[in-house]
Amino acid sequence: MRKVENIFWLGIKELRSFLHDFVLLGLVIYAFSFAVIMQGRSNSQELHNASIAIVDEDHSELSRRIAHAFLPPYFQVPQSIAERDIVPLMNKRRYTFVVDIPPNFERDVLGGHRPELQIDVDATAMVQAGLGSGYAQQIITTEIANFLSHSEAAPPSTVNLDVRIAFNPNVTTAWFSSVMGIINNVTMLAIILAGAALVREREHGTMDHLLVMPLTPFEIAMSKVWANGLVITVAVGLSLYVAVRDVLGIPIAGSIPLFMVGVVIYLFFATAIGIFLGTVARSMPQLGLLFMLVYLPMNMLSGGNTPLESMPLWLATVMQASPSTHFVLFAQSILYRGAGIDVVWPQFLAVALIGGLFFSLAILRFRSVAAQVT
Amino acid sequence: MIGPERPVARLDTVTQRYGKVVGLDAVSIALPAGCMVGVIGPDGVGKSVLLSIIAGARKVQSGGAFVLDGDIKDAAHRAAICPRIAYMPQGLGKNLYADLSVRENIEFFGRLFGQSRVERDLRISGLLHSTGLSPFSDRAAKKLSGGMRQKLGLCCSLIHDPDLLILDEPTTGVDPLSRRQFWELIDRMRSRRQGMSVVVATAYMEEAERFDWLAAMNAGTVLATGSPAELKASTGATTIEDAFIALLPEQQRGDHHEMRIPPRHSFGTEPIIIARNLTCRFGDFTAVDRVSFTIERGEIFGFLGSNGCGKTTTMKILTGLLPPSEGEALLFGQPLDASDMSSRYRVGYMSQSFSLYTELTVRQNLDLHARLFHLPAQKAKTRIAELVGKFGLEDYLDQRTLDLPLGIRQRLSLAVAIVHEPEILILDEPTSGVDPLARDRFWEALIDLSRNQGVTIFVSTHFMNEAERCDRISLMDSGRVLATGTPAELINARGVATLENAFISYLEEATGSRASATEDTAPASDNGNPVQPAKAERARFSLQRLLAYTIRETLELLRDPIRLGFSLFGTTLLMLVFGFGVSTDVNNLSFAVLDHDQSPESRAYLEELRGSSYFVERPPLVDYDELDNRLKSGDIKAAIEIPPGFGRDIKRGRPVWVAAWVDGAMPFRAETIRGYLQGMHQLYLTDPAVKTTVPAAPSPADIELRFKYNQDFDSIYAMVPSNISLLLALFPAILMALSIVREKELGSITNLYVTPVTRIEFLVGKQLPYIAVAMTNFALMFFMALFVFKVPLKGSLPALLLGVVIYVTTMTAYGMLISVFTRTQIAALFGTAILTVLPATQFAGMMTPVSSLAAEAQIIGRGFPMTYFVPISVGTFTKGLGFLDLATDLAALAVFVPVLTLLSVMLLRKQER
Repeated sequence: MRKVENIFWLGIKELRSFLHDFVLLGLVIYAFSFAVIMQGRSNSQELHNASIAIVDEDHSELSRRIAHAFLPPYFQVPQSIAERDIVPLMNKRRYTFVVDIPPNFERDVLGGHRPELQIDVDATAMVQAGLGSGYAQQIITTEIANFLSHSEAAPPSTVNLDVRIAFNPNVTTAWFSSVMGIINNVTMLAIILAGAALVREREHGTMDHLLVMPLTPFEIAMSKVWANGLVITVAVGLSLYVAVRDVLGIPIAGSIPLFMVGVVIYLFFATAIGIFLGTVARSMPQLGLLFMLVYLPMNMLSGGNTPLESMPLWLATVMQASPSTHFVLFAQSILYRGAGIDVVWPQFLAVALIGGLFFSLAILRFRSVAAQVT
Repeated sequence: MIGPERPVARLDTVTQRYGKVVGLDAVSIALPAGCMVGVIGPDGVGKSVLLSIIAGARKVQSGGAFVLDGDIKDAAHRAAICPRIAYMPQGLGKNLYADLSVRENIEFFGRLFGQSRVERDLRISGLLHSTGLSPFSDRAAKKLSGGMRQKLGLCCSLIHDPDLLILDEPTTGVDPLSRRQFWELIDRMRSRRQGMSVVVATAYMEEAERFDWLAAMNAGTVLATGSPAELKASTGATTIEDAFIALLPEQQRGDHHEMRIPPRHSFGTEPIIIARNLTCRFGDFTAVDRVSFTIERGEIFGFLGSNGCGKTTTMKILTGLLPPSEGEALLFGQPLDASDMSSRYRVGYMSQSFSLYTELTVRQNLDLHARLFHLPAQKAKTRIAELVGKFGLEDYLDQRTLDLPLGIRQRLSLAVAIVHEPEILILDEPTSGVDPLARDRFWEALIDLSRNQGVTIFVSTHFMNEAERCDRISLMDSGRVLATGTPAELINARGVATLENAFISYLEEATGSRASATEDTAPASDNGNPVQPAKAERARFSLQRLLAYTIRETLELLRDPIRLGFSLFGTTLLMLVFGFGVSTDVNNLSFAVLDHDQSPESRAYLEELRGSSYFVERPPLVDYDELDNRLKSGDIKAAIEIPPGFGRDIKRGRPVWVAAWVDGAMPFRAETIRGYLQGMHQLYLTDPAVKTTVPAAPSPADIELRFKYNQDFDSIYAMVPSNISLLLALFPAILMALSIVREKELGSITNLYVTPVTRIEFLVGKQLPYIAVAMTNFALMFFMALFVFKVPLKGSLPALLLGVVIYVTTMTAYGMLISVFTRTQIAALFGTAILTVLPATQFAGMMTPVSSLAAEAQIIGRGFPMTYFVPISVGTFTKGLGFLDLATDLAALAVFVPVLTLLSVMLLRKQER
């Protein structure tokens, strides 16, 4: 009972301190509003406004039709360039796509000679090149088919494929990037808030003070976990409802309460590792540097940016030890695919277990913190 | 009164405000030249502000200030006189560099004042000799004792023979022997350099007796000036301390009276605290060396010693914070057990610097501690009310602790420490920085606790007059107890007049012939010194000063393992992480089949998919529920459903529809999978081996995709060069910003304010080592690209190298610019990270070409240097380009260098506000 009381009052103190730390407060507000919205509005994962040029050596009705078929928002208005300029302009990154329509293209198409049309793609602009080349091929095919449909109708195919995108029928990037933004910020801020809360106590000398009072390291650490966790839980809830749903207008398929349960479990881990780093670092700048080395891999390799299956097998296996991987997995399952607890419980359990491990490590290191000369 | 005809410095109604705090309140004062001027008063009364204004380190807000016959507000005059002034700021060696050795520190200052190597060496050996530091010239400053650090500070100040020496609390926290030696040293220097003016601030009133002329300060005003004798005479006091108290305004003085310490009644002589041979080592450093003592109930026991002599460590052992390496400690007759909660209810602890939660109010602090000690609600209420009354905290109850004067904070700190009525009170330097009156009030409270309530008090201090109030004291030095006894016993034992002299005598005995080491036999540095001071110091730009900063920064970086490790291996680690982790390739896609037909035709259709290297098949699905669940759990990324009667319908030539579900959670992946599936479907239709009744018509034109530069369309060839750009943006900017803000935080930025170094020399001098570090990083990453990721360099290496040099110069300048706006290292770190990562990943063409961004994003992108380096990096690595193709990007990048540097120079202050 006394333990619970101690944890409660220490946590209240923690909240009061946080509210007076305007830098951290500002960081939390920025990260869960502006940053999430901006990430949601960026369209780095879709084809958008791609630069394209046309080398029209045919000057026919069909070649003009093809040129006019490339439309915003997917493509910029195609520029007409000469063939000899293809290489220098692509070298300068002016165009990601160059469509080269050979002489007599229309005549050859009509004559059934299957002429060759080339699309040069700058294959160093990976996302745009990957998505755009398929689009470009399809646009030209459709345009030729339409052109031909005046003369002869294409026979219908017997076997047809109907591809449906589940959970996100229009493949909107914002659905994905805004929620991934929130997830990344949860990791970032939980570590910073909890770590900074500990280092601040050490720099101000109040940690010594706590350790000579009738308090156990468990109580001190636990109070930081719940207080900082609460701050972020509230921020995540607001961010989901206000920034993602209302501002970005993204419908959330799954159960937000279930997701929040997952967030709370994940926060236990993230604040615990923050406290652990706080016991390792001797000053705020050291905490900052350590944070970057821990956070960036945890975030970049969690599967939220690049799918795990695209990584080397050994790396994907190693990343199973990082709760951020499980967090991304269950967040996607719950929020996009509407999964229930029956589907995500293994991830919840994994996060809780790893969180417990770091929490224990942090507590073990707690005493040695006081031993360091500051 | 000494009438200063030509004062060395004169202030005319100077007022300085810092937020709500008034630093100086319309101060007018003229300091006489050619003598020792003392500025006395407790902490926070404006002494440091006054001194830093005279030194030219701080900007004058209002009023006039004239130093060495000129207006200190005039930048040209400041530049002209700064070689004649030496300024040692408050805090032990605050303007020194802890990681540098004694000699390196002095050399740095010599270079800043434009001295040639010969002149420098001669001066340094002279100074080292006369301060007795010669044997320690290779020791790092951080490993020096307080007294030695102080002497080093003096050497650095005197390297350029100043006419005006300004010392801000040079002896605070230093042991009395070192203190005495320090003043002897100053006297010798003065006798050698006739006419040198010395201005000293001090909080030790007893030191004030040795100055020629005093200015007593309180609350931003000057109370009185004159020689010590004059001050004492005008107030009728016998000591400067009493004179000072007499000078204080009536209401502040209150009912001050001579403090009387009643004799100790016996609460029994049972020992409450026993220390036996306590030893504490950190690595090879022994902080506490076989310390033993016994403290009886109700006794006030004092530890007297300099900063860093082991007082705090001993106290930490007794509170259970630190386990002793050897020896044992007994509390209440029981061996100390850190896990024993019940004994903690009986101990109160006040750590150094009054560790309160400064963001909480007075009431919240008291409440919190009462709750943590589980005082019953009613009891807590009365106890807090009692303490508030006793310590005069009524008026401050709802104020934030941060806004309280130091003296109030100190009382609150004590109130908090005794809220649970402990039997033992351990106080670590509870009175540093507090004015004499507040100190007396504090001691009255301690005496009340000891004499009337039988509380055992263990207190540490570096003030002699406080030590005299203790029942018994231990004199400490370098982790050892030199002697223990009542103050009178100790004085008698050495046969001297004061406790200070007794301490000095014990110190001399302990350290052997240390005093004689400072015997002055060195050739005087001015008489017969053949080297004339170089006059190059007036030059507007000096390569030597610039390099002084470069050399110093390099040495510091090499000796800071964390920063060095981070700067060298941080990029390498993240290069690995990003190289493997950031990829736009989509492969190893798991799929499962829901085949309602199970006919040869359906298997023929699926064969295309199964043969693909992009897809990996998982166990087949049995129904829609399973399909739904496995897609939801992320087990499969795609599901294919073959309808019943697929084979039959194909044979009859009836159109059939195969359905595919793709997990849309990751849009890019979903789009790519859709593309793969459609491609596969086309292959199936045109595959001559597949017999469908109606063969598909060949397409009317052959649309050929040519992936230029990267035929296999493997993202590693684009991502590795991009990652190099990203990491070379992030790390150099962060390290540069940190290195500048670090100087602000640690205080060594003062050297920019008060030495002839110019802003551009300072900035560029510090930038050079980080450019070198960034080039090393680049070399490491370059080889990783070639040999770990197997990304060959197809284009011009010289073009790439030139690009990298300009780029890292630009990015360090970018960090420089950010550092101008930040005050703490943590803010610099996160500020730089946010201001770099966001534009770098979103707007600089790493994932999306800049030309495809929205208008505002394009503007941000075009204003960020990385936008021009990505084409150089990707261009040389993967596109095989050379100088000609990249000329525009190189030129654009080069424009950033002067722009960012000039902006930083303009925005960096050469004076503190």
